Amino acid sequence: MNTSHTPAMQLEQVASLAREFKGKKDQLMLVLLKAQKITGHNALPEDVAVVIAEEMGVTKNHIYDFATFYAMFSTEKRGKHVIRVCKSTPCHVNKASNAAHMLEKTLGIKMGETTEDGQFTLEHIECIGVCDRAPAMLVDDEVYGPVTEESIPGILSKYQMQGEEI
Amino acid sequence: MEEVRVLLRNVDRINPVSAVDYMNEGGYEGLKKSLWMSELDIIHEITESTLRGRGGAGFPTGIKLSHAHNARSKNKFVLCNADEGEPGTNKDRILLSKDPNSIFEGMAIAARAIGADKGYIYLRAEYPYIVPILEQALENAREAGCLGDNIFGSEFSFDIEIRPGGGAYVCGEESAMIESMEGKRGEPRFRPPYPTVQGLFQEPTAVFNVETLANIGPIMYRGADWYKTMGTKKSHGTKLYTISGNVRNKGVYEYEVGVNLKDLIYEAGGGIPDGRKLLAVQTGGTAGAIINKHQINMPMDPAYVADSGGSMGAGDVLVIDNTNDIVDILDNVLSFFVHESCGKCTPCREGSMRLYQLASGIIDGTTTSEGMENIRELCETMRLASLCGLGQSVPIPVLSCLDNFREIFDEYIVRNEKNKKIAAGGAK
Ligand SMILES: Cc1cc2nc3c(=O)[nH]c(=O)nc-3n(C[C@H](O)[C@H](O)[C@H](O)COP(=O)(O)O)c2cc1C
Ligand code: SF4
Ligand code: FES
Repeated sequence: MNTSHTPAMQLEQVASLAREFKGKKDQLMLVLLKAQKITGHNALPEDVAVVIAEEMGVTKNHIYDFATFYAMFSTEKRGKHVIRVCKSTPCHVNKASNAAHMLEKTLGIKMGETTEDGQFTLEHIECIGVCDRAPAMLVDDEVYGPVTEESIPGILSKYQMQGEEI
Repeated sequence: MEEVRVLLRNVDRINPVSAVDYMNEGGYEGLKKSLWMSELDIIHEITESTLRGRGGAGFPTGIKLSHAHNARSKNKFVLCNADEGEPGTNKDRILLSKDPNSIFEGMAIAARAIGADKGYIYLRAEYPYIVPILEQALENAREAGCLGDNIFGSEFSFDIEIRPGGGAYVCGEESAMIESMEGKRGEPRFRPPYPTVQGLFQEPTAVFNVETLANIGPIMYRGADWYKTMGTKKSHGTKLYTISGNVRNKGVYEYEVGVNLKDLIYEAGGGIPDGRKLLAVQTGGTAGAIINKHQINMPMDPAYVADSGGSMGAGDVLVIDNTNDIVDILDNVLSFFVHESCGKCTPCREGSMRLYQLASGIIDGTTTSEGMENIRELCETMRLASLCGLGQSVPIPVLSCLDNFREIFDEYIVRNEKNKKIAAGGAK
């Protein structure tokens, strides 16, 4: 768990989001999913969790207990974009591990790591429900597949360009 | 083999978010009819249709409605299970993104039957791009009077809310889903009590799979007798089949219940490309049986498949060609369960991990005949002692794979024992 320093403006955004759901513990998933996007690092650092805990009226421990259960959350900083490569059997038999290796090579990182420039985190995920596009992956909220040696540079450049604009 | 489009009737033919388009194709007629029927008459019609749950377990939908109907409470819920986490299952995604009104209609009819006024769709986190479609479709349905207060001018009010998942396979299990929706870790509950008695927020909750719900509108509109003209003697209606893996035409197809597995692979799926050969087929998702190429002449009828020791699950057909190694497939299947076991109970948490190590050891050379015995014992323990369907079903792919590919496993084990002896000899 990192005690990172989330910019005050982002904390304020998270606070006003969480405030909407004060006392509504059942909306914790929605709040955390949105909060994670606000931070820009696809993560729930401690200061963010503290704000949510205070505003929603749940404990910080509960938030971590909850967040660590679900694959979509991370308590450690991730990249601006999260690439999730499917490894379930329908993709596996369509050589998903080759796709994963090619991504590792292109990005120069291993599964679970983040590129030095903070643009991409590479993760494995189980079936994302688009087995007809095997081997498939999600980049943030977008589906790609079949992921091939030829298609990877084009996909990545789309997100790299976004990065440059900002 | 003709595709029969009951559930897929509107796919790519109407604007998915338009309630008006949906109504122009006969949509919401089943709901309109239900508004003038008694709760018991609706349940009777659905029971008569023999519709069974399409989420994997195959529980009779009419009976579930009747349990929820009998539960005494002012607040009841209809919960649509859109978690679709079973690897190799894509069918709910098609319905959710291409014909959401058919799901809303089924939910509204179910709600009318049990006396609920609120419904939820638990949508898996891996389908974020479906959220805007569902939200727009809900808004349009409300505007058209199909949802909300006094539906179609009747006394009946019902509305639907979307709740996101967080990326956990076990949350497809209904009690884990309910925990998750209450803002907790998605760990399955002990039962009884069943959700129909004490579910979401402790209130009676009827949980249905997306595809199950999509069947309800057409059944109410056209009647149980019509529904029973499709399918086999024992199981009726149509079924969505997801064909994945090493086939030419991967995708979701609709056929009457009972089509032959062989035809699904070679006709619908178009067979295996590039002159490769069939090695194995896994039916019913990662939790389903793995069979060999001599076993594929089989009707996809839940009753029949169950008799053969497998499960039709959610109607998945995963085709595996001979460029794959069956032991590696088993290894991959087990890595899924290791990853997705929620860890609440020991047999599943430790059992999955140990099975995975033993399966990897078959390839690495560390697993011998003693290890193979351990695999079988562990499977028996998991089947009997696991708390939920996840742990209980792990033995299905494992044991079917060992039995149906016995020679291949035997070969590995003979090799491993020989190497072990050589190693032991060398150490002396
Ligand atoms: C580990 C596990 C995962 C499950 N995943 C799903 C799922 O993704 N979708 C689904 O509809 N049912 C799933 N189920 C079955 C549900 O618990 C429940 O039986 C089903 O939603 C009931 O709906 P039905 O009767 O319409 O099939 C799962 C069960 C288990 C044990
Ligand atoms: S069987 Fe597995 S998934 Fe189910 S409750 Fe036990 S540990 Fe969790
Ligand atoms: S197995 Fe990869 S998308 Fe289904």
